Amino acid sequence: MKIHEYQAKQIFARYGIPVPKGEPAFSVAEAEAAAQRLIEATGIPVVVVKAQIHAGGRGKGGGVKVAKGGVAEARALAEKILGMQLITVQTGPAGQKVRRLYIEQGLDIDREIYLALTLDRDRRRIAVMASREGGMDIEQVAHDTPEKIHTLHVDPVIGLAPYQARKLAFALGLGAKEQMRQFTKLLDGLYKCFLAEDCSLVEVNPLVVTKKGDIVALDGKMTFDDNAEIRHPEWANLRDADEEDPVELEAKQVGISYVSLDGDIGCLVNGAGLAMGTMDIILHYGGKPANFLDVGGGATQEQVKKAFQMILRSDKVKGIFVNIFGGIMRCDVVAAGIVAATKELGLSVPLVVRLEGTNVEAGRKILDESGLKIESASSMGDGAQKIVAAVKPGAAA
Amino acid sequence: MSILVNKDTRVVIQGITGEYGSQHARACLAYGTKIVAGVTPGRGGQRFEDKVPMFDTVEEAVKKEGADVSCIFVPPVGAADAIVEAADAGCRLVICITEGIPVLDMVKVRRYLEGKPTRLIGPNCPGIITPEECKIGIMPGHIHKKGHIGVLSKSGTLTYEAVGQLTALGIGQSSCVGIGGDPVAGMDFIDVLELFNEDPDTHGVIMIGEIGGGAEQKAAAWIKANMKKPVAALIAGRAAPPGKRMGHAGAIISGGKGTADEKIAALEDAGVKVAPTPADMAATLVSLMK
Repeated sequence: MKIHEYQAKQIFARYGIPVPKGEPAFSVAEAEAAAQRLIEATGIPVVVVKAQIHAGGRGKGGGVKVAKGGVAEARALAEKILGMQLITVQTGPAGQKVRRLYIEQGLDIDREIYLALTLDRDRRRIAVMASREGGMDIEQVAHDTPEKIHTLHVDPVIGLAPYQARKLAFALGLGAKEQMRQFTKLLDGLYKCFLAEDCSLVEVNPLVVTKKGDIVALDGKMTFDDNAEIRHPEWANLRDADEEDPVELEAKQVGISYVSLDGDIGCLVNGAGLAMGTMDIILHYGGKPANFLDVGGGATQEQVKKAFQMILRSDKVKGIFVNIFGGIMRCDVVAAGIVAATKELGLSVPLVVRLEGTNVEAGRKILDESGLKIESASSMGDGAQKIVAAVKPGAAA
Repeated sequence: MSILVNKDTRVVIQGITGEYGSQHARACLAYGTKIVAGVTPGRGGQRFEDKVPMFDTVEEAVKKEGADVSCIFVPPVGAADAIVEAADAGCRLVICITEGIPVLDMVKVRRYLEGKPTRLIGPNCPGIITPEECKIGIMPGHIHKKGHIGVLSKSGTLTYEAVGQLTALGIGQSSCVGIGGDPVAGMDFIDVLELFNEDPDTHGVIMIGEIGGGAEQKAAAWIKANMKKPVAALIAGRAAPPGKRMGHAGAIISGGKGTADEKIAALEDAGVKVAPTPADMAATLVSLMK
């Protein structure tokens, strides 16, 4: 789960991580008032108006603007950015509508540093990555000049060792006494934050050194480990439903895993691996999957029904492939869920069903007796070929 | 022969009174697995299904019933603790079925297990089966057949798919291991491949990986240097777009790393034959064994 920059910075502040003064704003009037307060508090007439969307690359997309002319200019920028369809490298061509702003004090920046904490799967440790090349596309830096990225791994027994933080500070050119103190304190705070908030990513790009020599987190990106949601009831208040795919959100509420894709063949599968495999085999035979849908191992009839209805309601779906290899999942439960879904919404596209595993006979019987026009498949390969043929232009529905 | 578990394996089930735990304990018992104990704190002294003795701690189950392998069905928040308890009790193998354990919990658990004799399979996996001897986990027992092919996989349902294909061709399995698809888990591909390589009764291996991370590439390098037996593989997720989590927390392509193409190239370079589709896993292995 992702959160906004302003939310990440509010959390940073609780861990003693220096962030610029700022206020979120949900309207132009709020933005104007926030700019007014910031300018009064800092005595400097420069504020930054920042679009709050979950995708990165906001600056290049025109979602971050500096107002040097005081409150009136800040208001004008807020009017421009709020409500705009912000297109960045991460949003896709449709962009993301800006519904929230963050109004922040302007800083005199000397230089920019990249700093991030994430999980290194291969080392099974939290990794701290930093580079003097802040503000840049860090993946590009990692690709072109890997020697410019400094990485350290944290042993969970010891935690972040002070020497590691010092070593990183020296590597980043922050060896002077006061900067060393500020940086090691900030990094310690970030590590504690990462652990306590169950993050999977914390990225500060850029971390800046101001002209006065202070170290400040100018940006903040925070992603939480979805598996830890159960011990973080506060995440409910941080979630911004506008930033999430409404269909994926609905699926989550039902307890199934769903990802929208660009194709036209809807898939209902049990198990993440088989669901990925089903998408692959559709692609292999020349079709395009419309979604990844894993009903999970222990889905109820109601969950299967809701999952199937999500596929049925999608306009782009021209055919549906149900691929079940029942381990824990019972085939009769799947069949009953499908029939219940079609009773409410009907079935106007070809449906190919492959059922295998537990209670398969009972499942087939339910489908046979439903009166639905279903083509059954003897195997995964057979089913994939049948559905791809059925949705081809000119094929009889 | 087989790897890790056989007819003499004595199993304790942690979380035996929960909904999933009890359902699958029954299925494992019906398969013939020696479930010698169950653990649910507070239920010590009672019996599961009027036969399997229950204990408050894994330590008692090990001491009194000689359990050497634990299978965990404890809910996600308590699952890491359950793994630690099983390791401390001296279980040589811990199989954690639980899905959805916070990844930072697993970072600590893996660190804790370093240098200890306990092996961990999972979490978020179907478990392990040696057909017609011992089933520990949630896989459907009836699709398996005793034989000489080892199956190892990050994905539960794709394991069933591979096993189903093998059995349909009349080919049995020595052992089938689901290692799970979480970013931080126990035994990896190489750990299991080493065992299959040394097991005289395993004559070939099907390995099922997926997008994300670098485990398949590392396994490919190991196979190239060490593997004496034919290996067929499948990499799931070729159709998955970058940056999207496909159910398994681990199955995500980030920063162009961990793509299906990258993994397939590494495996093919190691002499592994990669199945063109998930429907061809058994046929691909058969083509190698002729």
